[in-house]
Amino acid sequence: MLSRYSRQFAAQLSNQLKRLQSTLVIAEHNNETLSPITQNAISAAQKLGGEITVLVVGTKCGPAVEKLTKAKGVQRVLVAESDTFKGFLAETVAPLILASQKQFNFTHILAGATAFSKAVLPRVAAKLDVSPVTDVIGIKSADTFVRSIYAGNAIQTLTANDAIKVLTVRGTSFEPSNLEGGSAASEKAPEGDYTSDLTSFVGQELSKSDRPELTSANVVVSGGRGLKSGDNFKLLYDLADKLKAAVGASRAAVDAGYVPNDMQVGQTGKIVAPDLYIAVGISGAIQHLAGMKDSKTIVAINKDPEAPIFQVSDYGLVADLFKVVPELTGKL
Amino acid sequence: MARVLVGVKRVIDYAVKIRVKPDKKGVVTDGVKHSMNPFDEIAVEEAVRMKEKKLASEIIAVSCGPPQSQEVLRTALAMGVDKGIHVEVSGSDYDTLQPIHVSKILAKIAQQEKVDLIIVGKQAIDDDSNQTAQMTAAVLDWPQATFASKVEKDDKGLTVTREIDGGLETIKCKIPAVISADLRLNEPRYATLPNIMKAKKKPITKITPKDLGVDVSPRIKILSVEDPPVRQAGVILPDVDTLVTKLKEGGHIP
Repeated sequence: MLSRYSRQFAAQLSNQLKRLQSTLVIAEHNNETLSPITQNAISAAQKLGGEITVLVVGTKCGPAVEKLTKAKGVQRVLVAESDTFKGFLAETVAPLILASQKQFNFTHILAGATAFSKAVLPRVAAKLDVSPVTDVIGIKSADTFVRSIYAGNAIQTLTANDAIKVLTVRGTSFEPSNLEGGSAASEKAPEGDYTSDLTSFVGQELSKSDRPELTSANVVVSGGRGLKSGDNFKLLYDLADKLKAAVGASRAAVDAGYVPNDMQVGQTGKIVAPDLYIAVGISGAIQHLAGMKDSKTIVAINKDPEAPIFQVSDYGLVADLFKVVPELTGKL
Repeated sequence: MARVLVGVKRVIDYAVKIRVKPDKKGVVTDGVKHSMNPFDEIAVEEAVRMKEKKLASEIIAVSCGPPQSQEVLRTALAMGVDKGIHVEVSGSDYDTLQPIHVSKILAKIAQQEKVDLIIVGKQAIDDDSNQTAQMTAAVLDWPQATFASKVEKDDKGLTVTREIDGGLETIKCKIPAVISADLRLNEPRYATLPNIMKAKKKPITKITPKDLGVDVSPRIKILSVEDPPVRQAGVILPDVDTLVTKLKEGGHIP
């Protein structure tokens, strides 16, 4: 009798504890469309258990809010729409997140690991006096996380002792969550004066492309120093168009000025994990492998049979890229 | 003219193939080549260029870590930094030393030394955290200019070009400020032999986190460090036709 009672009590307690978990996910969008990495972040938040609130901040939140209120597993959408947030500056967004935290007492604050969240969340964490965890690739429990260190050459499992966990999660490590089947209420985020005279946004110069976005593309074609010039990247664009692929680059190709730096794949660039990654004229330095070695299938085209890229590739072609890339494009 | 603080970290050299310890407590660091974190070299270079352009008056380099951290401070001094501060953290304290601790240390030193700019690398290539600049700015309530690929300083403040996911963006921020250096900010110089010799005479002050009133007690517990999954060895194909066949078999192309 007593044991049955205590078992019931324990079950109740664990349910209560689960309810006590609550996660704030910071949505990422460009005032027009919701970034796909937000879906990966929501799915990471679901692994933590407990309630999920999504914060949408920007100068125009409508499009993102519309999608997120229908997202499965989301209980609440907080909206902070104001010209104050022009450029999504850390100095204005961080105080808003802190105000939201103060009102709702989340146990976790989480976002997809992007340039935006990497700038903002550590600022939030320092204000909360907690140690953030960057680029999480696995969630073992509400306080135990897996991340890669040393450019992906070691995998660290850690327990975070701080009361509030501030996390950025690697998009490619979590399946995108469903944007249908939910019905969350949207409400205004805590009001406050979030203007900051510390920083002002001047402008952006975004690379325009009709191809899929690099970090979420199913197929990525990347070029390295072997391409020899920016003009020769056209060979890769042609191949990419046939495969509906995004085009990436190694650091060598970016440093040589062949392509802009936002195309860089690697430890210091973007981390991708497509179904198919085709590395053309890329030797396969540690720094580059860090950004692509979780791809499902890797194809390497390189004339040097000793190139390290062949140690991670599923299929290798030891050949002159200027001959075989056009041939491959022609045969697709 | 600005007084500039640069943060430099001693890390395993970027070209070294790291090995995980058999007890899975960390990676092997004994007897392994270490050097200055590559992003920190870029931070130092930017500070030195500011001094050369008469935008900076004095540059102070700080490194937190075991006694060997003084080697990277010497490198910074040889590149043109004026003086070094070594904040000694060793043993188990160093194993769990994180950006949250380092940012508090940098903030304290910035206040003591009355600096106007803090420049650090955007991330250390060992823990890959990418947090220290942002957290230091937060502790000080200063603006942050992260992932900078171009920095222009005038009387009013800084104009910084930042590397973001879709391209580049430009912000203006007030001074004092914290900058984190991205790869494209500059090409760091090599220290010449005469400058290495001169650097031996430059001062390095040794202090502890306790002297600064900073608590470095661990915020995390490292449960394990393991090797990443190894990829199955692949095959070298004879020609493009075989590749096309394989891609079809894999369902990558119709």
